[in-house]
Amino acid sequence: MHQFEVHKIGPSFSINGVDLSFTNSSLFMLIGSLLIITFFIAGTRKANIVPNKIQLLNEIAFNFISKMISETAGPKARPYFPFILTIFLFILTLNMIGLLPYAFTVTSQIIITFFLAVVIFIGVTIVGFVKNGIGFLKIFAPSGVPIFLFPIIVAIEIISFLSRPVSLSVRLFANMLAGHTMLKVFGGFVVSLGIVGGWLPLSFSVALTALEILVAFLQAYVFAVLSCIYLNDALNMHH
Amino acid sequence: MELAAAKMIGAGLAAIALAGVGVGMGTIFGNYLSAAIRNPSAAQKQFPTLLLGFALTEAIGLFALVIALLILFAF
Repeated sequence: MHQFEVHKIGPSFSINGVDLSFTNSSLFMLIGSLLIITFFIAGTRKANIVPNKIQLLNEIAFNFISKMISETAGPKARPYFPFILTIFLFILTLNMIGLLPYAFTVTSQIIITFFLAVVIFIGVTIVGFVKNGIGFLKIFAPSGVPIFLFPIIVAIEIISFLSRPVSLSVRLFANMLAGHTMLKVFGGFVVSLGIVGGWLPLSFSVALTALEILVAFLQAYVFAVLSCIYLNDALNMHH
Repeated sequence: MELAAAKMIGAGLAAIALAGVGVGMGTIFGNYLSAAIRNPSAAQKQFPTLLLGFALTEAIGLFALVIALLILFAF
């Protein structure tokens, strides 16, 4: 579909055969990042004890993620708060921008979400090995398993560990893709049924857009929560 | 010709995964509702967990959609 196509903006540019041109995907990522930066600069420029409106919104976002991290990963995960907040706000902003008509949804490209998920996966693995040494391998061997089940459990744990980046990225990508496809299908019904019967799919479209706003928020939240859960596995080894 | 037909059948079969998603969604919301009616004061605190479960379950259905799309368009 047209809305998922990546096309170049401006001159094409490549290094050693790797295409590094500026695309509409990069443009919308840039817009999203600039929105987040202006949001926080506008909120904290004149920070007061009694917050003004934008500062209040900043504090809500801060407290929301801060509470989520301390609930899922405990106090040891405090140093990773900026990373999780950045990931959450980046995905949330890109999802929300994608809902605007004629905007490009960056998170509906599997390579973007897969890259984010792989960064988290490799980061968590490195953190686990740094904090626990070789004992991090105990993540594959839960305690209290009967000895004859041990090889099977270890194999299952290894597969489930390795499939984390795939499930994390496909979840976000598929939600965005399916949501936008569904909106497009219902929009097509409105056009084909015309002025007489088109009102029903139009009202469905409105309801679906509301659902998509919920999903856009939820998927950003789920991505952040799952990153925290993976971080919790690496930081608090207790099995 | 057989290949095209088999692709269609395969993509249709991939939609069977929605049965499991339906059961899961029903379990999540049903259990939340029954627990919330028993103890309404604790319900509000578990609402984010409900939404998390909803999003995770919904994603399973979308995995099936991805498989159907892969069968239809990628091979």
